[in-house]
Amino acid sequence: MTPRRVSRRDFVKESGGLIIGFSLVNSAILPRLLAADGSTSVATPSPARLDSWLRLGKDGTIRVFTGKPEIGMGVETAFKQIVAEELNVMPNQVEITMGDTALTMDQGGVGGSTSIMMGAKPLRNAAANARYLLAQLAANRLGVSADQLEVKNGIVSVQGDPTKNVSYADLVGGTDLNDALKVTGEGFSLNVEGPGKPKDPSQYTIVGHSIPRVDIAPKVMGRWQYVVDVRVPGMVHARVIRPSGVGATLVRVDDAAAKQIPGYQQTVVKGNFVGVVAANEWAAVQAAKAVKVTWTAPKQIFPDQNDLYKQMRATAPKASKETLKHGDADAAIASAAKKIEARYEFPFQSHATMGPGCAVADVHLDGVTTVWSGGQKPHDLQKGFAELLRVDRDKVRVIWVEDAGSYGRPGFEDAAADAVILSQAIGKPVRVQWMRHDMHAWGPKGPAVLCDMSAGVSASGEVTGVKFTSIAFSGGEILFRPDAAGNYLGGQLTGIPNTTGVDEFAQWGSNAPPYSFPNILAMAHVVPAFYDVSSPLRTTHLRDPEGPATSFAVECFMDELAVAAALDPIEFRIQHIEEKRAHAVLRAAAEKAGWDSRPSPKKGAAGGDVVSGRGVALGTRNGTYVGTIAEVEVNRKTGVVRVTRFVCVHDCGLIINPEAIRTTVAANLIQSMSRTLHEEVTFDRNNVTSVDWRSYPISRAFDIPEQVNIVLIDHPEIPPTGAGEPSSRPTPAAIANAVFDATGVRIRRGPLTPGRVKAALLKQQT
Amino acid sequence: MNRASLKVNGQTHEVDADPQCPLLYVLRDNLAMNNPRFGCGLGQCGACTVLMDGRAVRSCTLPLARAAGKEIVTLEGLSTGDKAHPVQAAFIEEQTFQCGYCLNGWVLTTKALLDQNTHPSDSEIRTALQSLICRCGSHVGILSAVRRAAESIKGSV
Repeated sequence: MTPRRVSRRDFVKESGGLIIGFSLVNSAILPRLLAADGSTSVATPSPARLDSWLRLGKDGTIRVFTGKPEIGMGVETAFKQIVAEELNVMPNQVEITMGDTALTMDQGGVGGSTSIMMGAKPLRNAAANARYLLAQLAANRLGVSADQLEVKNGIVSVQGDPTKNVSYADLVGGTDLNDALKVTGEGFSLNVEGPGKPKDPSQYTIVGHSIPRVDIAPKVMGRWQYVVDVRVPGMVHARVIRPSGVGATLVRVDDAAAKQIPGYQQTVVKGNFVGVVAANEWAAVQAAKAVKVTWTAPKQIFPDQNDLYKQMRATAPKASKETLKHGDADAAIASAAKKIEARYEFPFQSHATMGPGCAVADVHLDGVTTVWSGGQKPHDLQKGFAELLRVDRDKVRVIWVEDAGSYGRPGFEDAAADAVILSQAIGKPVRVQWMRHDMHAWGPKGPAVLCDMSAGVSASGEVTGVKFTSIAFSGGEILFRPDAAGNYLGGQLTGIPNTTGVDEFAQWGSNAPPYSFPNILAMAHVVPAFYDVSSPLRTTHLRDPEGPATSFAVECFMDELAVAAALDPIEFRIQHIEEKRAHAVLRAAAEKAGWDSRPSPKKGAAGGDVVSGRGVALGTRNGTYVGTIAEVEVNRKTGVVRVTRFVCVHDCGLIINPEAIRTTVAANLIQSMSRTLHEEVTFDRNNVTSVDWRSYPISRAFDIPEQVNIVLIDHPEIPPTGAGEPSSRPTPAAIANAVFDATGVRIRRGPLTPGRVKAALLKQQT
Repeated sequence: MNRASLKVNGQTHEVDADPQCPLLYVLRDNLAMNNPRFGCGLGQCGACTVLMDGRAVRSCTLPLARAAGKEIVTLEGLSTGDKAHPVQAAFIEEQTFQCGYCLNGWVLTTKALLDQNTHPSDSEIRTALQSLICRCGSHVGILSAVRRAAESIKGSV
């Protein structure tokens, strides 16, 4: 089949500036879109034109194009509200095309809880400019000046004379207007501006109100399509076979047994990359087991897991950074009447996505390529796959299709690279589905982080200085922007050197300097990876990168200082932070929870095996404030910690859709509770050994608190910050502080598993 | 390959597949029924759940041979046309999920539970759902949806 590709023009049968009709098919799912002009360029459109962002259909539909995909937290719905608000239409008149590199701008993809904070800005401005231009057109049509017009539900009418009106749809095909926009920034900060200005938030009637998420009903009704559902004519199925351990290299492949399996086609070998291709999935699954692969002995590169933190402390950092300095913390601590020290440790954790990673790639001989992937950053994938294929970026089209919730860079990107490598090798469209162990064992990991805390306290109980020192694996050894061939697992296995990682620190004081002390010092160190090529312990972004781990240290240590000062932990925090929004979330949480103001631990606890307590933690992140209170029960006999109630107060500035934020915050609380109580990647000297849901347990139905109370504070006057991950941040400390309150025992290593808690309680008794 | 007769959502299909092939792959690849989704292939998570003779089962580990002749219902077979089943209506009303990849397990296991027990206690609900995984942590909404569905079904009988 001759490779033919869509050009942007084919989507738009009538051109002419902004006011154009469109006949968009469901581009995300349709496997092959045929270009009438034979063009093979699938170049990303220019952000400098309004019609790159927004188009108006003859049926009144507004089609918006954005490089920000949905990852399960409701941004598609929020985008509809934001655009509908500016255009004075109903949200259901707005349709969104997301994350297709041939149709949407490069907005850096999803990351850092910035989709509303930053990614919605150009959409809001584009919509405001569309309204401005439509008003001009309508003014011409109706013979009045634009400032005499008003718009309701897409009908433009003359103020005071609603009989004189014209609909947006009737303006389609109107005069060609200058729709150039001024572009600033790039990636996350890409923005556009024009003469049309967005509304003042005080005028909002759609933004700020709960509307049902557009995806929930079709998902529950079974009418949603995920990337696993993409089917391309001629597509074959593949599974991958990974090395027997870290550092093992391929010796030989014997597929004699696989040849007996009906549907088996071939095994693709490229360096240490091995993939098995078959006509159907079941044959691919069986063949991947039947192919005999011989590897060299793995190199025993990982340490004994029991020595992980000891080894991290003993390793010379490859990079160090001072992230916060005020006064002379070392001197203040050295001369203090009392010195408090504590070491906190948080393990490698897995994204462990619900779907293990799936993609379809169709690579043609001339390099023209289409890839369907649920990766959060389609435009970065386009760049990386072009490098992988050694073709021009404009030949590669990446079409984002929703996958399971990704929460960072889970390996969907690597699965897509596998599909690209395999499709290039065999010249057919290939669908790769990872097996569960491929995700759990070989997906990138959230880095292990340890934080050493120390403080000086005066004779009168005043904190004179605080020092924070983190030692962590890089949060960016595998790039959070997956735009380089040497950064994919498959790329590395085929022999492309990994030269792409960055040193990302576990910091205190960068995006959230919450507390003020007379002397303060925060240092962050990054230690080198155990092995820098295709390692199952390669590290990257996992929801709120390094946030829960560093907050675990800082917010538990704040409790330790409150204990030293014999103060209530909320009062102690408020004494040491000036920001009023931080006070507000803490005070509101205390009120909602019926907080019993007193120092920890709880005195005079009743006898019996099960004791209860409450803990608090503050989370601040890029302008979002979260106050979380956890109430727990600890079974002293079994060591089981159970959260019985969460209270979470959340302030992210202007709220777009309260109900969507509420469900996302609730999910943050449960997921971060799971990370606090259960989650730890395990490994032996050669391999990750947590490979499924039994060896990497997460929270289940019986773990869920009886009460989860979420309070949202709305600040329409403050531009929206982010709600995707900040409420994951304070949870580990809130729970650990509650365990201390209940038991008087401070547990400084996560997760708080029954074994660890029980051991700590036994130690207390001896 | 063997031909097998499979009854899904009230319709009988003749499929040509290995009798040992898990039902999941037959539904997806032979019949293009996308709702049961691959999550683990180990029967540990429930993303592939279907109803078989009214019981919630994991199609990723269930050989086709054991499903032949049984009444299989998938998520798309739960509603009547555009009308949501009361269990679906409850999950929609609660705006339950984040990504929703896992939801076959929660919705269909709830359906099977409430068919057996219209007045489940909190503990019975959690017991029924304990073997399911939701990575996003949507459990708070899930538990509310199950209670809402139970109320709604109770009210209608």
